[in-house]
Amino acid sequence: MYRIRFHGRGGQGMKTASRLLGTAFFLAGYQVQDAPRYGAERRGAPIFAFVRAAKGPIFERGVIREPDLVIVADDSLVPVPLAGVLQGAGPRTVMLLNTGDDAETWRHRLNYPGTLLTLPAEAADRAELRFVGATCAGAAARLLGVIPRETLVAALHQELAAHGEQVIQRNLDQALAAFDAMAEHAGCVGEGTAVGLDRAPAPAWVELPVDPADAAAAAIHAGATSVEVRTGLWRILRPVIDYERCNHCWWVCSEFCPDSAIKVVAGRPEIDYDHCKGCMICVAQCPPHAIAAVPERQFSEAKP
Amino acid sequence: MTRVLITGNQAAAWGARLARAEYVPVFPITPQTEIIETLAGWIDHDEFDCRMVMLESEHSMITAAGAAAATGVRVFTATSSQGLMYAMEMLYSVPGMRAPFVLVNVSRGLQTPLTLEPDHNDVLAARDSGFLQVHCATCQEVLDQTLIAYRLAEHHKVRLPVLVNLDGFYLSFTREPVEIPEPAAVDRFLPGYDAETTRFHAGEPVSQGVAVLGSSPYSYFRYENHLAALQGLPAYEAIAAEFAAQFGRDYAAVETYRSDDAEFVLFMIGSFATKAKDAVDRMREAGWRVGLVRPRLLRPYPDAALRGALAGKRGVAVVDQNLSLGKGGILHGELASVLYGQPDAPPILASFIGGLGGRDIGPEEFFEMIRVVRQAAETGITPPPRLLFTKNELREVRKMQAIAHIERKEGKS
Repeated sequence: MYRIRFHGRGGQGMKTASRLLGTAFFLAGYQVQDAPRYGAERRGAPIFAFVRAAKGPIFERGVIREPDLVIVADDSLVPVPLAGVLQGAGPRTVMLLNTGDDAETWRHRLNYPGTLLTLPAEAADRAELRFVGATCAGAAARLLGVIPRETLVAALHQELAAHGEQVIQRNLDQALAAFDAMAEHAGCVGEGTAVGLDRAPAPAWVELPVDPADAAAAAIHAGATSVEVRTGLWRILRPVIDYERCNHCWWVCSEFCPDSAIKVVAGRPEIDYDHCKGCMICVAQCPPHAIAAVPERQFSEAKP
Repeated sequence: MTRVLITGNQAAAWGARLARAEYVPVFPITPQTEIIETLAGWIDHDEFDCRMVMLESEHSMITAAGAAAATGVRVFTATSSQGLMYAMEMLYSVPGMRAPFVLVNVSRGLQTPLTLEPDHNDVLAARDSGFLQVHCATCQEVLDQTLIAYRLAEHHKVRLPVLVNLDGFYLSFTREPVEIPEPAAVDRFLPGYDAETTRFHAGEPVSQGVAVLGSSPYSYFRYENHLAALQGLPAYEAIAAEFAAQFGRDYAAVETYRSDDAEFVLFMIGSFATKAKDAVDRMREAGWRVGLVRPRLLRPYPDAALRGALAGKRGVAVVDQNLSLGKGGILHGELASVLYGQPDAPPILASFIGGLGGRDIGPEEFFEMIRVVRQAAETGITPPPRLLFTKNELREVRKMQAIAHIERKEGKS
């Protein structure tokens, strides 16, 4: 059985990637199971999606513990513990990172035991950068080596039919470019085996102690803990106010911000970048078009 | 017939569409909402002719479902978790109207603390309501059981609502290959709803769910409801046999997997049971005589089939994905009640609590449960109930509590 995990942020197309790959496997004659996994759906929050594919029936369910292939659409997730990117990755797990850094750097950083490849993050069209589902699915198909190019094309047409020709074409271009770019690594991902008795140490079950009620109640005692959660880390695009153009109307951008991340100080709107998730609603709403959407990467690269 | 990749939620929606449901009262809740979104999409594109109404709560939704069924139309509705809780008063009320309809529940753990992931405490809270209850393990089963559920609900001797359960995430958001039967074939299996005497019209007024002042009539009506639910057992077997003959998929009230010659058996409901099948295959490879027994039908309870499936076994590991606080696993107690005193009953019935709030059950845990039961069979001593919870999990919780403790101290200062 093939076991594949896609990691990304809400809105980057990881569910789409899993469905494209799932459908491609299905059209190639495999039994398939694919699913996204998230808590409450939120743009920018870490999510993952997975695909299982086998020639016989699939009884396994839920999270993939021992992946054959891990694809990471956003390299900023690698150090986020909650994202669990490295979970269960062993010597035979192929890891494909969408990153601006080279593979050697990542192998060294992570002391990675398996094959680590990179998908160079495209710089051509920044507006498209967020949606990398088709790219990830195309690359996965080639690395697996059992999905023909035309099957990938058919899967894409099937999955994206509702979105119209233009969207299909754009995604096809991305998927096929990634498929072709992975040519030299075609088929480098192998099928894993099920966990049998030979490699399943007995679970370390524990007896739960009787804890006092105040410790055993699910409560958060400190006030305003949401301030401590730097949701600004989720941002892919940063809204930047051009104060030359800003007409200081003080109401529109701050009112529309769903996260109350725009404060008006002495008639001048200021964005709280620790908590702005980069939804770009302010960019769309600003009457004099004084807010620009700037890729976050430009700021991290600018740092010394 | 087409074979497609769809989620459990979409499979439930296909069940409603192929059953030609005429009225669908709805209220959104995660992880069920995709069912009503799918139906709404079809209605919007004229692919499905049906009246969908958004109610202001699940309480009203179940009231509307029961009332509409009483007028003699085929009704479909769906909910999940807290929604099912909010509907609880009406869940216990509408079965007494003897107006059949189908309710799909997408299982999700109950608060507190709040979770989005599945376990069976929500659906088991509806256990004694008078709704018959069917539990699914695959997306295909969700579609097929929705069709079977209409036949069962509308059966002349039953006339009760039926709840079809699927697990949140593990089925609701998981795509699997599903065969969608031809509408004409479904029409042959499930013809239009015969309302019989259930026809509540403006010109023929009826007072439904009236008060009875006096305990004798109350006992009579409640017990009649129970007897009708029991009639569901032979009715289900006959309908499932008919379904198997027509569509080639067998849904006996109790699924048995490699259990005929097994010494030890895993006993559970829902989608985690397919994980157990995988574990059974691995243990069989190692020469262990192990099988799985999974009741599909929970109300009515398939007593005889379960006694038969477990007769002569040396031990059973009952895996409860629920917890009756202050008692333990609900399935364990129920199974014990039908096995007690039976001549061939397994001497060991061990209770395991696992999968609460979607917590995974790993293959190594299925292996260990069988080891525990085997050990118990050898010593003759039933082990105490066991929560599937590891040292590492406790360490993670302790870390969270340490942070909460600091917050508390800071909050006071």
